[in-house]
Amino acid sequence: MNAERLRRFGRWVTRYIDEPLLGSVVVLMMVGLFVLYSASNGAMMRVYAQLVNMGVALLVMWIFANIPPHYLMRLALPVFVCGVILLIMVALFGQVSNGARRWLSLGVTRIQPSELMKIAVPLMLAWYFQQYEGALRWRHYLVAALLLFIPVALIVRQPDLGTALLIVASGGFVIFLAGLSWRIIIGLGISFLAAAPFAWRFMHDYQRQRILTLIDPMEDPLGTGYHTIQSVIAVGSGGFVGKGWFSGTQTHLDFIPERTTDFIFAVFSEEFGFVGNVVLLILFLLVISRGFVIAAQATTPFTRLLAGAITLTFFTYAFVNMGMVSGILPVVGVPLPMISYGGTSLVSLCLGLGILMSIGTHRKFSAT
Amino acid sequence: MRPSSGKEFRDTLTEEQQFHSRLSVLSAFVWVMLGMLLLRFAYLQIWQHEHYHTLAEENRISLVPRPPARGLIVDRHGVVLAYNDTVHALEITPSKVTDIEQTINELGTIVDISARDRRRFKLLLEESKRYESLPIRSRLSEEEVARFAANRYRFPGVEIKPRQLRQYPLGAAFSHVVGYIGRMNPKELEALDDADQLANYRGTDHVGKSGIEQSYEALLHGTTGIEEVEIDAGGRAIRSLSYTQPVAGSNLKLALDAGLQAVVDKAFGERRGALVALDPQDGGVLAFVSKPGFDPNLFVDGIDPVSWAELRNSPERPMTNRALNGTYPPGSTFKPYMALAALTLGKRTPEQVTLDPGYFMFGNHQFRDDVVGGHGVVDMYRSIVASCDTYYYALANDLGIDAISHFMARFGFGSKSGIDLLGESVGVLPSPQWKMQRFKQKWYPGETISIGIGQGYNAYTPLQMATALATLANEGAATVPHVVETIEAVGATGPSPRGASAPRALQLNPAHLAVIKKAMIGVNVEGTSAMAFQATSYMSAGKTGTAQVIGIKQGEKYEAGRLREQFHDHALFIAYAPAEKPTIALAVVVENAGFGAQAAAPIARAAFDYYLLGKPAPSLPAKGTKP
Repeated sequence: MNAERLRRFGRWVTRYIDEPLLGSVVVLMMVGLFVLYSASNGAMMRVYAQLVNMGVALLVMWIFANIPPHYLMRLALPVFVCGVILLIMVALFGQVSNGARRWLSLGVTRIQPSELMKIAVPLMLAWYFQQYEGALRWRHYLVAALLLFIPVALIVRQPDLGTALLIVASGGFVIFLAGLSWRIIIGLGISFLAAAPFAWRFMHDYQRQRILTLIDPMEDPLGTGYHTIQSVIAVGSGGFVGKGWFSGTQTHLDFIPERTTDFIFAVFSEEFGFVGNVVLLILFLLVISRGFVIAAQATTPFTRLLAGAITLTFFTYAFVNMGMVSGILPVVGVPLPMISYGGTSLVSLCLGLGILMSIGTHRKFSAT
Repeated sequence: MRPSSGKEFRDTLTEEQQFHSRLSVLSAFVWVMLGMLLLRFAYLQIWQHEHYHTLAEENRISLVPRPPARGLIVDRHGVVLAYNDTVHALEITPSKVTDIEQTINELGTIVDISARDRRRFKLLLEESKRYESLPIRSRLSEEEVARFAANRYRFPGVEIKPRQLRQYPLGAAFSHVVGYIGRMNPKELEALDDADQLANYRGTDHVGKSGIEQSYEALLHGTTGIEEVEIDAGGRAIRSLSYTQPVAGSNLKLALDAGLQAVVDKAFGERRGALVALDPQDGGVLAFVSKPGFDPNLFVDGIDPVSWAELRNSPERPMTNRALNGTYPPGSTFKPYMALAALTLGKRTPEQVTLDPGYFMFGNHQFRDDVVGGHGVVDMYRSIVASCDTYYYALANDLGIDAISHFMARFGFGSKSGIDLLGESVGVLPSPQWKMQRFKQKWYPGETISIGIGQGYNAYTPLQMATALATLANEGAATVPHVVETIEAVGATGPSPRGASAPRALQLNPAHLAVIKKAMIGVNVEGTSAMAFQATSYMSAGKTGTAQVIGIKQGEKYEAGRLREQFHDHALFIAYAPAEKPTIALAVVVENAGFGAQAAAPIARAAFDYYLLGKPAPSLPAKGTKP
């Protein structure tokens, strides 16, 4: 009797859960906890805090997995408009920290609306393309580009180049998947290259510095280059099998900056080496592949565009973070999905994965 | 705007196919990008692993030099002449301080900082690198240490460090022989680099600058230890990985008798000059005085510019080591050697007499004796005891310059004695070859005459004069003078003798030597210096001398008040005792003091009285006995 109830409850809970996705995510989270434990020198406080973050994130994931995609569709426009309004408010009344105006104070807590836009933008664009299903004209792409431009411009002004680029990427993926013609893509590519020198002139000094540092980290070994130099040393000195858990000298002697958050991959890489990196890449690849499968099987333009965008955003996070730590991309504040310490990114990523699950699992219930 | 109709016209199928093709493109893109990451990892972690492994090790391991304790310098009886005092020094690292002036002013409210300290620090600042830690004050009192400790949060970049401060307890009297250490200059750094010693000097910023401190630098310094320390990114030491102990520098025991040195220093008083006393049997340097001296303690933590300018610009030239580098005509102290040359070369017998009318005629030039009317009939003994010039004018003429310079060279005149101090001067032993080389002129026979009485081009250091006399006193067996007697290496089983070389016999006839020695005893008994040696309980032998000062040297300032004195003759005296078996031979020069018997001989008497009779020395500072 009880067992039957339990089984029914279990079925109810896991109704809209995508098991392969959940499995890979949980394994990634476990890996993350292990690395975090070492990165915080064996202090359990951060590990507990991250455990709470993970609980919240999984709950959010479960909730969104249970929201049918057509409800989400209704949310797309209001959420987007709200986000843009919040961004405008940030520009007007936002709090400055570290020289950038990113936060909005809500009395008890403060929020970073740009984080919300990471999911709102692909949601909005997917919704928009859904409206013109089968009848897309070039002007629709133009409108989509405009919709993308508004929040991006506001975020660039904060300034938060890293987030802006991630949002450009997520929106760009939607537009690309919606079938923007190759001719325009190539044309844009060429004009981008032509415009780069002008863009350089409008960049902030620290943004230019980051790009220069990437080209030659040794140019400023104690300033901007320090992060990159030390993290590359950590990765390289890890070798084939790594120095072992808790044995990374770069990590434990404080040479790696931000080692529980943005640079946690340096810790992982130093302690688990090339073998560990391969395992981690495979885990990320599992999540991404599953996302692609869900996107490919999605039935409506909205769901498939959203699924594709979420998957690719996830990939972008992982790629940019690992690229940055291993010294092939500039230092931008992008966490390593599921591994880096911090609640905000964990929750927003799991929210996306929840939507992905919803798209994958509601297909068989609502494909009418 | 919302499309309202014609859903059947929409090309949904094409759109879906297009989506799938786009998804494939992006999926390929993902694979390529992840592949790139994989290649990057392989490059860093496999291909370049060694390189980054090294970098990580360099990051974490710091080699901290542990400088050795510098060797002590003690006299023959163990009296300490140089030791290391552990003091608290207040040090500033300029690169960590924003406003040095301001910092020093604020420090001045906590610890005593004198104007001299400020000047000294300013000079250090100009000479050093910004990241070096430089002392503003040393020898902080316990109270000052405590006061700074309570306020140290106000002074980032300022630290109290334990330092080994070199101390010279006996001060100026020993300044020229013991020398001093000072902060290394770029030239000295380069020399260390050339000698492949730079690594051994990590953590050391002082080096011997003169005297024994400089000449025995390699032994005194020791071997720097290395501690391998694991450090974190902030440079804080986490733990020690390995430790190689430093090996302290060797202790040097000198042949020098500190009491004798002090006696001589006191006997000189305020007068300028030099004295070198040797043990004729082994060449040990018993006293090595150059007056005036200077306080070597001024240099140990960087001299302040004012004191330095004072020392450099003083007309007394206290920084010149007169015993080693001052060259003086030997005057009449040359006569015993001339007489010995005459006997050895068969140009005179002891009994052979010369008539001295008060002058010697060479061509139509008259060389005058200093006794008007002359000494009359003079044999060799009288010529030395009464210091008859005419006898030696004639002798020099008979011997000729070549014979004189060959003979004198055997006594070491005009060549380095080989003493264990760096920078010894050669002096001038005149010869036709020397003159041709020096002035591009040939030798005129008339120039030989005054060479016979130790004038002319003759110029020797007090050290050379003392060495020659020691040889004469030691029956013609020449020894190499040396200041350091034994070297006590740390960890060695016992002190190792410096290794005095066997005496070199000059192949002189003992009968000839006896004649000269007898005459020199006569000098102190009934001759020119008999006054100074009245009522001694020992027998001594000596010879006075007076060296003419030719004129003002080039580049020297004209000072009316000093001019007369500068033209005064130098007083010289050479002596050894006890006459029958000499244990001390010395040469003394007193600058511009006139007749040698009056100014120089009493200094020799004081030295003999102390050394042979044990007459108490003027008090040595009590802390000199500290080990």
